[in-house]
Amino acid sequence: MNEAFRRLRFLLLLTAGCVSFASVANGEFVVQITRGQDNAIPIAVVPFAPPQGAAAPFDVAALVAHDLDGSGRFKTMDRKDMIDQPHTGAEIAFDDWRRLNNDYILVGRLNAVAANRYDIVFWLYNVLTRQPLLGFQISTDTAGLRLASHQLADKVFQAIVGIRGAFATRIAYVSVLGHVPRRTYQLVVADADGANPRVIMQSAQPLMSPAWSPDGTRLAYVSFEDHQPSIYVQVLKSGARRLVSDAAGVNQAPAWSPDGRKLALTLSNRAGNLDIFVLDLATKGLTRITHDPGIDTEPQWSPDGKSLYFTSDRDGGPQVFEKSLARGGRALRLTFAGSYNARPRVSPDGSQLAFVTREHGAYRIATLDLKNHNGMQVLTKGQFDVSPSYAPNGAVILYATRERGRGVLALVSTDGRVQQTLMATVGEVEEPAWGPFRSD
Amino acid sequence: MKRTIAMTFLIGGALLLAACHGKQAVVNQPTAGSVVPAGGSTSGSAAGSGTSMTPLAGGSAAAAAIANEANNAPLDTRVIYFDFDKSEIKPQYDDVITAHARTLTANPTLRIKLEGNTDERGTREYNIGLGERRAQAVRSALMLQGVADAQITTISYGAERPAVEGDNEAAWSKNRRVDMVYMP
Repeated sequence: MNEAFRRLRFLLLLTAGCVSFASVANGEFVVQITRGQDNAIPIAVVPFAPPQGAAAPFDVAALVAHDLDGSGRFKTMDRKDMIDQPHTGAEIAFDDWRRLNNDYILVGRLNAVAANRYDIVFWLYNVLTRQPLLGFQISTDTAGLRLASHQLADKVFQAIVGIRGAFATRIAYVSVLGHVPRRTYQLVVADADGANPRVIMQSAQPLMSPAWSPDGTRLAYVSFEDHQPSIYVQVLKSGARRLVSDAAGVNQAPAWSPDGRKLALTLSNRAGNLDIFVLDLATKGLTRITHDPGIDTEPQWSPDGKSLYFTSDRDGGPQVFEKSLARGGRALRLTFAGSYNARPRVSPDGSQLAFVTREHGAYRIATLDLKNHNGMQVLTKGQFDVSPSYAPNGAVILYATRERGRGVLALVSTDGRVQQTLMATVGEVEEPAWGPFRSD
Repeated sequence: MKRTIAMTFLIGGALLLAACHGKQAVVNQPTAGSVVPAGGSTSGSAAGSGTSMTPLAGGSAAAAAIANEANNAPLDTRVIYFDFDKSEIKPQYDDVITAHARTLTANPTLRIKLEGNTDERGTREYNIGLGERRAQAVRSALMLQGVADAQITTISYGAERPAVEGDNEAAWSKNRRVDMVYMP
């Protein structure tokens, strides 16, 4: 097996109290949901008709069902219970599907329009009203069928749930292979479901803190390849890298401004004091943001670009602070519960912060309502839950945790009701970063 | 390879045509730095007190200086351990600091790199800060005993380079450390 192209495997675990669950085999993956939503919407995703006279080049319906089940908000019907497989609205016997307790039904087919080129045609119906919610045709080549299936799932998700789907997005993460002292560090970009992992950077020295540019074309990250931490920006399509910060001492925690022109980052002085700066990528100008003797790090921009959230232990232990870039002035402390609150991430709509909190020695993901600073909620139950990252639709948080002695990734919905674990087959996985909505 | 995705809307009788063009993502390994061989910075570190002396490449003055101090146990110690969430140097390491300070002040061309580390718990970037704090504590202690600033470099690896793997205090206690690495 080629270690450079590992697959993320999704494991199925049922816990007591879980009312709904889904088990979907999709090629290499079996999805496992630790805790599904109690009122998951029942939907029948009927296998699509293959191109006439040919085998189906890809099981579109299976991947759509996998995505919908994985969100925890849907419960898809088992194929083997389908006595009938309609492919158009006219073929649907709605009474039968209603009797099988489906609220919605998705049908479609693939048409081969040329060698290596397909049209996917599909319709989503409300089973009770028998009305179509949507119908689309997607034209793509064989290699694009997987992405097209995710885009199809996004459409279904949005039509029913009312939030834009994030199935057709990508994640980045750090993979660590081998054992000390001979470890290999990799920076990997994969589809949001873990498929198609691609190693974009590999090193015998640590790699940290991948951060997506807002347009999804570049990753900033920290590399120790020069035996000191430096920040690189790498263009994903070409692999071209640019060293953007290699000041003496610490160069860490890069965070993109919403307009993609600046990086907030952490630097140190000779005495090892960490502070936050903003680097203009075009002019290379540096602006200092924090001036205090504590550790100030882990900056994040607000979506309007006007403030920075960051971690500071100026009051003793690490807490989350906010500083206005326009107004300047003192940073405002946002977290007060407990002695450890760090690594803030802001939701795409700016209404909520996710961060790491420590309670009774356990590190967990918590959220804070930014309109009401008292509304802190702890979402996870692990011992080592760190590195939260919001999906671009704000509905789910991806984070790193440890299970059975290994670093794995996990998902939790922002209301805490849906949880999922993603385990790599080889090595350890950490520091996930969810990419933006795709524009390609 | 270019992949074009066109989406056609069919709702009721209305037909809307929207096309968006996209390139298939081609991600190549970067030409620079795709595999970087391990550097020499791990030499001289690892286990606890009583580690045997590590030969230094080149740098005969450094090797000679250290060799002259053979059988000096505190000088043999190249790692200082810390308590959880702490960067204070415990009194049991006073002799170690003194021994290294003496060696460095006696040999002003000798240089030492202090590598600060933490255990795996907590957030990664804040741990970089804690590791740096530990390295700085050792640096300050050495400078207090006369070592020149120019002889000391610090680096923090945070939780990224543990000495021992494991989700337990036995491992964590071995990872909360500063490795003292003499530079060739």
